[in-house]
Amino acid sequence: MNAYGRQLLTAFRFLLCATLLLGLAYPVLVFGLGQAVAPAQANGSIITVAGKPAGSSLLAQPVTGDKFFYPRPSAVDWNPETSSASNLGPNQPALVKSIAENRAEVAKREDVAPTAVPIDAVTAGGSGLDPDISPAYAALQVPRVAKGNGLSPAAVRQLVSANTSNGLNAFLGQPSVNTTTLNTALLQARVAH
Amino acid sequence: MELNVLSLITQVAVLILLLGALHQPMGRYLAATFTSRKHLAVERGLYKLSGIDSAADQHWKVYLRSLLAFSIVSILVVLGGQMLQGHLPFNQGMGAVDPWVAMNTAVSFVTNTNWQTYVPESTLGFGVQMLLLAVQNFLSAAVGLAVVVALIRGLVRAETHNLGNFWVDLTRGTLRVLLPLSILGAVVLIVTGVIQNWGGTDIHTLVTGAQQTVPGGPVASQEAIKLLGTNGGGYFNANSAHPFENPTAFSSLFEVFLILLIPFSLPAMYGRMVGDKRQGYTVLTVMVAFWLGSTALMTWAVAAFAGQGTGVGEGFEQRFGIAPSTLFATATTLTSTGAVNVAHDSLPPLAGGLAMLNMMLGEIAPGGVGSGLYGLLVLAIVAVFIGGLMVGRTPEFLGKKIGSAQMKLVALYILVTPTLVLLGTAITVSIPYLSSNAPAEGPHGFSEILYAFTSAANNNGSAFGGITSSGPGLATMLALAMLLGRFLPIALVLALAGSLAKQRKVPDTSGTLATHGPLFATLLGGVSLLVAALTYFPALALGPAAEGLIK
Repeated sequence: MNAYGRQLLTAFRFLLCATLLLGLAYPVLVFGLGQAVAPAQANGSIITVAGKPAGSSLLAQPVTGDKFFYPRPSAVDWNPETSSASNLGPNQPALVKSIAENRAEVAKREDVAPTAVPIDAVTAGGSGLDPDISPAYAALQVPRVAKGNGLSPAAVRQLVSANTSNGLNAFLGQPSVNTTTLNTALLQARVAH
Repeated sequence: MELNVLSLITQVAVLILLLGALHQPMGRYLAATFTSRKHLAVERGLYKLSGIDSAADQHWKVYLRSLLAFSIVSILVVLGGQMLQGHLPFNQGMGAVDPWVAMNTAVSFVTNTNWQTYVPESTLGFGVQMLLLAVQNFLSAAVGLAVVVALIRGLVRAETHNLGNFWVDLTRGTLRVLLPLSILGAVVLIVTGVIQNWGGTDIHTLVTGAQQTVPGGPVASQEAIKLLGTNGGGYFNANSAHPFENPTAFSSLFEVFLILLIPFSLPAMYGRMVGDKRQGYTVLTVMVAFWLGSTALMTWAVAAFAGQGTGVGEGFEQRFGIAPSTLFATATTLTSTGAVNVAHDSLPPLAGGLAMLNMMLGEIAPGGVGSGLYGLLVLAIVAVFIGGLMVGRTPEFLGKKIGSAQMKLVALYILVTPTLVLLGTAITVSIPYLSSNAPAEGPHGFSEILYAFTSAANNNGSAFGGITSSGPGLATMLALAMLLGRFLPIALVLALAGSLAKQRKVPDTSGTLATHGPLFATLLGGVSLLVAALTYFPALALGPAAEGLIK
């Protein structure tokens, strides 16, 4: 075999060994460490309702009707079997149109002036699975949700503030309300009510 | 969304403190890794099983040939593995990947680009992700490290043709540097919420009543090396914007840290290996200056757009907002990473243009693992050459004469990437079959194409995601840009290293241009900016600049 052939064979054997180490042993080791250190997170931050898995606290859930807080618009209809942004450019007519439509829809749903609708309520996030909304958008939804669940606005506002990020993550990022955990709390409050 | 200036400054300060504390110890460790004569037991086993003579000191041509042989085999294996996915284990029921997509992906991961023309969730099972892609995340980064180490040896050694042993460098970079750091990084990421499991969870009744399948997979292990190796290929389509890849603002800051850790430590390694720490500090200063300047400009470009036009919201994750997004977007495009936590396509026009300019600088601040430093060292030779012309002396760099042979290699190096970017963009915009893949109206469509070729030729991998690159035409052109953009510069750098190693050292005299200190740092920064600016500004004017002027 000539020098080139020998190099290719060496490369193949090296890659094979490296694959066992980096492609198999490494992820298995990390899996083991994850299960030991933080199993809840490693397994998807699953939340349970009445003992049954009811979603991941990190992922948005599609909402209809008047009983729940709506997450932001999504380019993938909140379906975590895929993930994507709209990838529309900032000056694209399609983006201008979708923002206008979203604004009109939210204003109508929450019975407020279109100018009162915050930016996160009318734009899709980077993943399409973003469960978080701004405190302003949450405040906008409180009257409707309170009415829909037969709860007092004050009680709902309390749930909102309990599910608003604070401390380090709010400072590094921005204060956000997790609609998935908030809706879970709402469900439980309704059952208790 | 509004900018929290205090938050941004705090995060930059934390990064500076952490990286400032770590770059010298890391540099010492890196230098020891590549100069040690001892092999670890696992390394000796690996050499034996692969038939590698670890004692061989390779001529630069043999070094290059080994590197190319390894890369060719890697491309074929990654390509073949995807085509046979249906017959391989852990495929989650997914079958063969489309041949054009598989070809583009194989090239993309072996060249450290990690351009994603595929939608992972519906195309790739755990097997391909772990056994093919994650493995290349390690090895392609280690190839970059090997090349910069060989270049430094070329500067240090004298009167030899040999640059070291590619296989030993590849193995050590992987096992001693990337693997331990990835294990640590992955564990931290899991604690923040990144998943690491072997299957999703079907949710029959969500809180809100609907149904959903919560995805699963070995994500944290891949995420850590994706960032540490400046790879950037996301486990999920949305990359680091996906809550399972980047769950919190804290994890986002940690991910930026992982991106910057090795590239910002390499100057310290370089300083030690050439026996003059000042050389390392000078190069580091230029990198830091570009990084800080670019982060500030990017943040300004985004924050200034809030409340105007479509505002700042589309493509941004609520838990991040402006500061984490601009910090990430800058780090990812100034290195060869290309991971994203915000949709670059939806960035305000000038911010999108800056992301391109960052890559057009040649990804030198601090650049990809290995590739950033060798890129900047090539520019340092240009700076030395220009300095030499000013004082009318034969230029020297670290005691090596920079003659016409060296300058020819350097000039070719500098021409490769711009040629690929501008030619690829020009061909694509002039053929409707190709340009129809970027359907956005007006200058934005041009920006999408320019971004794609800039990203491919610079081995970045981020995208203006509105473009469709999975068809045969663009998949092939971008694969070519990635291949030539990776291996032509590497071949030129190794040839340069060989020609430098051959020379004997000339002693410094009072007339020698010092390659350390503020004067040279300024010259180097100026040269870097000038080379990129003169080449790309006309193209940028047609895309993002024109778009920024449209109201």
